[in-house]
Amino acid sequence: MRKAIVADDIIHAGNPERQRITECQLNVIEKLRPYLYIAPAMIFFSLFFFFPIAYVIYLSFFDWSLLNLDEMEFIGLENFIALFAEEDFRQVLGNTLLYTVSTVGLGIGLSFMLALWLNRKAKVYGLIQAAVFSPHIVSLVSIAMLWMWLMDPQYGLLNAILEWIGLPGYTWLADTKSAMVSLILVSIWKGVGYNTLVFIAGMQSIPRDIYEAAELDRSPWWRTLTRLTIPMLSPTLFFLLVINTVSSFQVFDTIYIMTQGGPVNSTNMLVFYIYEQGMDFYNGGVASAASVILLVLVGLLTLLHFRLMEKRVHYR
Amino acid sequence: MARVVLNQITKTFQNQKVVKGIDLMVPDGSFTVLVGPSGCGKSTTLRMIAGLETVSSGEILIGDQLVNDLAPGKRDIAMVFQNYALYPTMSVYDNIAYGLRNRGTSKKECQMLVEEIAEIVGLTPYLKRKPSQLSGGQRQRVALARAMVKKPKVFLMDEPLSNLDAKLRNQMRVELTSLHKQLGSTFIYVTHDQVEAMTMGDQIVVMSEGDIMQVAAPLELYQEPANLFVAQFIGSPAMNIVSDDEKSKSVWGFRPEKAQLVTDAVSAAPTQDMLTLPGKVISREILGSDCLCHVETEKGRIVVKVDTERAVNIGTNVHVTVPETQIYEFDRATGKRIIRTEGMQAHAMAGGVV
Repeated sequence: MRKAIVADDIIHAGNPERQRITECQLNVIEKLRPYLYIAPAMIFFSLFFFFPIAYVIYLSFFDWSLLNLDEMEFIGLENFIALFAEEDFRQVLGNTLLYTVSTVGLGIGLSFMLALWLNRKAKVYGLIQAAVFSPHIVSLVSIAMLWMWLMDPQYGLLNAILEWIGLPGYTWLADTKSAMVSLILVSIWKGVGYNTLVFIAGMQSIPRDIYEAAELDRSPWWRTLTRLTIPMLSPTLFFLLVINTVSSFQVFDTIYIMTQGGPVNSTNMLVFYIYEQGMDFYNGGVASAASVILLVLVGLLTLLHFRLMEKRVHYR
Repeated sequence: MARVVLNQITKTFQNQKVVKGIDLMVPDGSFTVLVGPSGCGKSTTLRMIAGLETVSSGEILIGDQLVNDLAPGKRDIAMVFQNYALYPTMSVYDNIAYGLRNRGTSKKECQMLVEEIAEIVGLTPYLKRKPSQLSGGQRQRVALARAMVKKPKVFLMDEPLSNLDAKLRNQMRVELTSLHKQLGSTFIYVTHDQVEAMTMGDQIVVMSEGDIMQVAAPLELYQEPANLFVAQFIGSPAMNIVSDDEKSKSVWGFRPEKAQLVTDAVSAAPTQDMLTLPGKVISREILGSDCLCHVETEKGRIVVKVDTERAVNIGTNVHVTVPETQIYEFDRATGKRIIRTEGMQAHAMAGGVV
């Protein structure tokens, strides 16, 4: 190989024109080189991320049905206008917001308290940690089925317990008011283990001597919590807020299995609504428009989180 | 200001005794240094005084008060940690003021005290910064200021200089010593560095494997080591230890700086009060003004510290001579110093004397 290059150099040594062209070509290759390196990743990303996003935005401007893809009619923003005019959709948005705020707020709060309690050395705390974490590794479908039985108004365990301690039974999934509460409960139960584990990891990364210094400074426990632990956990808290918010917005499985959006649309949320519009009613245009709204909402919320936390989060 | 007394203190971690019943009196206003190799129990002892570790048995008194069951915050002590342990989310001002606020000091008084201390340690321009925006030396000062502002009876310091570079460490050593004089409080300082111990302490406690080996003033420790461990731990380079044979009940030693090298060419007749060992220089380390010559003798390797100007080339045959008064004798079994009033006996040098 080396020999060939040397031979080539000798052949073209007397031909400056030819040499310039080779240099020019080399330059081009040099410039292309980084793009070639990232090309596989970019192709993958474009194919599976950028293209679907762009395509769904494109589709949201058409009136089309999954049954007849040949007859697509451009209608501009009509899908969006129709969506916002519809009472059902406004309720879906409200439900999604309520669900997200409740699961994120209560879930993270509960996880934080659990983490404070479980962040100890004894073996029993390790066992409880494992128990709390276990729902996270079970499939959501199984969890939904399990809770449907637990929450059955007549044969369910929860009402049996309520009855046993002398309280009236709860309607759980059967009532418009209680169905949402039930879904939120299941979601928190499923997510609390993961959040707790992340919190504990965060707490364990805080150096112990800081707490010892606080102890010597006579810091009462609540001030240690608010002035030291929480500020030092802010990167963890921020991370959990973002991923919990995004995943709450995307809730689907539990609704599909437990309530199908009912009773009377009371637990219908964005992703399930999109599925209903697209797959049940073959209303492709409206489903695409709702997807775009979901994308914008989640994007905005994440941006808001970043902006808000930028100043508050303490990174060491 | 207060004295600190330890009575038969022990500490056991998972069936392992790390502090084995020590008795210690730290006089009021003294600068006491606990020194020893890693794992000798010095930090654990300090942490027990602070209340950060419980005492397995024994009594700790600060002033005249038994503090065994007193919370760390109520012992009227302040501690400077090895990694400073500053509150990373708070400004320098808040770091210093935090302890005061928890004691219910008024905002105005707080500000006055913090500013006063900041002035002393030279932190005034940095009060609004976060610890992450400070250099190692500045962080060290914040840790000191945080301790000083509480005006404690006793200052506890756990290797506070070990994270600083050599130059800054020397500077802080001097500053800490003068701070001690200025405040007049009791200082208990933990270090593994014997140079720090010797230069700063007025009472040095040498520890090894959970026991106290010797408590003495720096010079006494150097001149009159109570046992083999102290003799070898204090002084740099370590004391040369030589034994006559495996069967003898004692070993003897001398300090590298107290010995001299005499080359064969200029060999003087050994005088009666000089002890001599023949050998060959196998390597040397030049430290600047001094030079360490490693001499291989029939009794093992010996280090001699000489003036660089009088350094001997590698390979030269030499005699190591030591004044008899500079020889220490230790019991081989217990390591305890054997003090003979009539001086070194000839049998110890049998075979070594030329």
